[in-house]
Amino acid sequence: MNISKLFSVRTMADVWDSDLVYSFKKSRVTVIAAIVTLMIIAASLTAPWIAPHDPFDVATLSLMDSELPPFWVDGGDPRFLLGTDNQGRDVFSVILYGSRISLAVGFISVVLAMAFGICFGLLSGYFGGVIDAVFMRIADIMLSFPTILVALLVSGIVRGVLPREMHENAALVVLVFAIAVTTWVQYARTVRGSTMVERNREYVMAARLVGRNPFAIIFRHIFPNVLGPVLVIATINLAMAILIEATLSFLGVGMPPTNPSLGTLIRVGNEFLFSGVWWVVIFPSLTLVMLVLAVNLLGDWLRDALNPKLR
Amino acid sequence: MFAFILRRLLQSVMVMLAVALISFFMFRFVGDPVNSMLPENASTEDRLKLRVQLGLDDPVATQFWNFVSGTVQGEFGISYRNKRPVNDLIAERLPATIELVFVAALFALAVGVPTGVYSALHRRGIASNLLQVLSLIGISVPTFVTGILLILVFSVWLNWLPSFGRGDVVKIGWWTTGFMTISGIKSLILPAAMLGLFQVTLIMRLVRSEMLEILRSDFIRFARARGLTDRAVHFGHAFRNTLMPVITIVGLQLGSMFAFAIITETVFQWPGMGLLFIQAVNFADIPVMSAYLILVAFVFVLINMIVDLLYFVVDPRLSANGERT
Amino acid sequence: MMNNRNADTAPLLEVRDLSIAFDTRRGLLRAVDGMSFKLVPGEILGVVGESGAGKSLTGAAIIGLLEPPGHVSGGEIHFEGTRIDNFSREQMRQMRGKKIGAIFQDPLTSLNPLLTIERQLVETIQTHLNLDSGEARQRAIELLTEVGIPAPEKRIDHYPHQFSGGMRQRVVIALAICAQPKLIIADEPTTALDVSIQAQIIALLKKMCREHGTAVMLITHDMGVIAETCDRVAVMYSGRLAEIGPVHQVVKEPRHPYTRGLMGSIPAIGTGSERLTQIKGAMPRLKDIPPGCAFHPRCSEVMERCSSIKPIPVEINDSEVACLLYEKGT
Repeated sequence: MNISKLFSVRTMADVWDSDLVYSFKKSRVTVIAAIVTLMIIAASLTAPWIAPHDPFDVATLSLMDSELPPFWVDGGDPRFLLGTDNQGRDVFSVILYGSRISLAVGFISVVLAMAFGICFGLLSGYFGGVIDAVFMRIADIMLSFPTILVALLVSGIVRGVLPREMHENAALVVLVFAIAVTTWVQYARTVRGSTMVERNREYVMAARLVGRNPFAIIFRHIFPNVLGPVLVIATINLAMAILIEATLSFLGVGMPPTNPSLGTLIRVGNEFLFSGVWWVVIFPSLTLVMLVLAVNLLGDWLRDALNPKLR
Repeated sequence: MFAFILRRLLQSVMVMLAVALISFFMFRFVGDPVNSMLPENASTEDRLKLRVQLGLDDPVATQFWNFVSGTVQGEFGISYRNKRPVNDLIAERLPATIELVFVAALFALAVGVPTGVYSALHRRGIASNLLQVLSLIGISVPTFVTGILLILVFSVWLNWLPSFGRGDVVKIGWWTTGFMTISGIKSLILPAAMLGLFQVTLIMRLVRSEMLEILRSDFIRFARARGLTDRAVHFGHAFRNTLMPVITIVGLQLGSMFAFAIITETVFQWPGMGLLFIQAVNFADIPVMSAYLILVAFVFVLINMIVDLLYFVVDPRLSANGERT
Repeated sequence: MMNNRNADTAPLLEVRDLSIAFDTRRGLLRAVDGMSFKLVPGEILGVVGESGAGKSLTGAAIIGLLEPPGHVSGGEIHFEGTRIDNFSREQMRQMRGKKIGAIFQDPLTSLNPLLTIERQLVETIQTHLNLDSGEARQRAIELLTEVGIPAPEKRIDHYPHQFSGGMRQRVVIALAICAQPKLIIADEPTTALDVSIQAQIIALLKKMCREHGTAVMLITHDMGVIAETCDRVAVMYSGRLAEIGPVHQVVKEPRHPYTRGLMGSIPAIGTGSERLTQIKGAMPRLKDIPPGCAFHPRCSEVMERCSSIKPIPVEINDSEVACLLYEKGT
């Protein structure tokens, strides 16, 4: 799929009228999904301003407010919309901050993985030979391992290397790195495939005959043409990255409780499940599910819209 | 055909060696084994003794050789955290995980395949669309949330099923099984359901998309043009051809289920390899981590080979000698 | 040479004013517009035209295998006197294979790669005829012999990939005729084959049809095949019928300007070295079909009326031609 086709329109009217936007407007589900995603993104980005409480400011916490149910349940307090946890933290505010972390880790790791994967894929697909053979081996091995395992391993190794005091502060970086390492292979593979196809096209051969620098050829000519499938993978991977981060945090090797992501919140809240304090675990779970679902729907729509075969 | 097997064997050995290398480097260079194993106040003498015992002063090549030969014989070293041989730990925990994965896989297949086929054949029905939506939600809900929900409903509210542990187990040789006791089986239900549910949606979507793809192909069109009944077209041709790619992916999924068991075992406190691994990661218990790594790699490689061989058996294009006239 | 549209021979297939449309977001697109023609038993009708002219769609509609969102939007199809375009799915299924058969372009993808030839043949035979598996296998072997597969008792247990392209298409032909249909729709049966094999397959098709009395609707863009094989030929352009008539007339003395352009663009060995004609422009896309005659923008004999009046086929002797040049009075 040639993504430059998407951009070769002359006016906004053309964009509005294009197939992509048409199928977007037509699918109500997708529009809703997009709105939800945007809402969550907006909420989390502006968390410091719109959160009713600052869950990290210990001074504002009071044990008197702890374990309050959501405001519509008996015993709830309208100050704390979704209730509080065992230390008096407002669940709603904590979810806002938590979504921020979850989204941040998701996005950054996807961008990182994409960058690395595209570079690798372009080089491997264009130059072929030994580079390509070695790369394919590595990719095969990496792809055959489940993502969770790789992420856990990377995490474990880094923890083993870093002194214990640094674990908490470096958690975000470690997470992003681990997830990126796990997911870059998919991009690389797809880009490699597309590059190999493009490499044999006439315009590339013409450029090579004229004597253009291979890197110029790769980045100016081949790169725009292989972007299409990459974007589709990116949306799927975003959902996956968010899920991996949540899982790692849930397992205890992700974000610490002092700077929790949605996964950490769920883990912490899980411990109160049996004592009847259900809101600390249910609301972060709901938020997480909504976020991932919305991203998945967007990815599905993008895939269908860009797939010429399904028209 | 033999050339093929040989090549795959060679590949597998290479993969295992690569994994062993990574494992070894983890083992040797991440953290300090001596420090991790001895208490803070151990004497220098004790440390030196341990160094020699662990062979930490030998050249790296020798160490690697010892590592590999030890591993091949099933010697995985001593756990930092438990101070016990890793082998014993594995023997204790492995049956739990295997039984869990087995039941979960059966469940996933039994539910996923029929629903996938139905969903492909009745593309526009309400049930089919509902299944589509459910499956989309299915892959968006993280597995641990599913597990928590299951516990909430079946343990906390209804109090039907236990939410942690294996129940009573019966020991046969070095294997411990939970199949032979009621409490064992009851304990298995929720974790297997959680582990299997994620795979169900995957399998369902896979079967559906494969079958839809095949239903669009030329030979199906020709089959219809010959007047074959819907039943013959859908099952004699379409479903049969769907099986092959599905088998491959399901086989590969088996391997990843082993890894996903980590999450299930954490949620349900199931005493299997996964829980062991998580505890090891938290503690930076390298010997256990590296043993787990090698074990999982081995399972993967084994399953991959079996799936490849299966392909050979099932696809006539690969096995029959292609004499073309 | 089979005699064609004789008034005394009842037509086997009668297509009246058939239209096939696609629902797209830009509205209804007509891919086939007002096709009408007849076929008598045992006749071989060639349907020729450029890619996208609507030939395959017409064939698909006749056998009831039109894929959504394409659908019949007008007209009727009659087979052996009965109207079939409004048949239920099951009624249509019973017709297929037994009354109307089809063979498609690519023999490699027409056969299920995972099943033996025997399995695919026997299955088809048993669907239509009441034979047990032993008898069905026997019949299958006989069919294979008929289509020219050597050592059929052995090869019947082989898989499709073990046959070469030409052999596969023979198997496909065997599969299509095993229940003795009265009509076969052959959609580009030789396009995917080597040139040297094409002639063999066409000859086989012709032989089978003469021997079994099967009529054939041979869809192709290869005029050479048409000239060799067909009794009559229909020329389609932009989903409409341009000209239809006995093959020697259409080939030697084409009436429609489009047909003339087609014939002129075929190199013929033995004639003098004249330039090949080339029709300027290209067949319009479905959404850009001009008003009036679809061909008029490219026509060398265009008249003013052609851009507003859509020509209807006019009978001239045994042929029909849809061109305003031949309207009465011109």
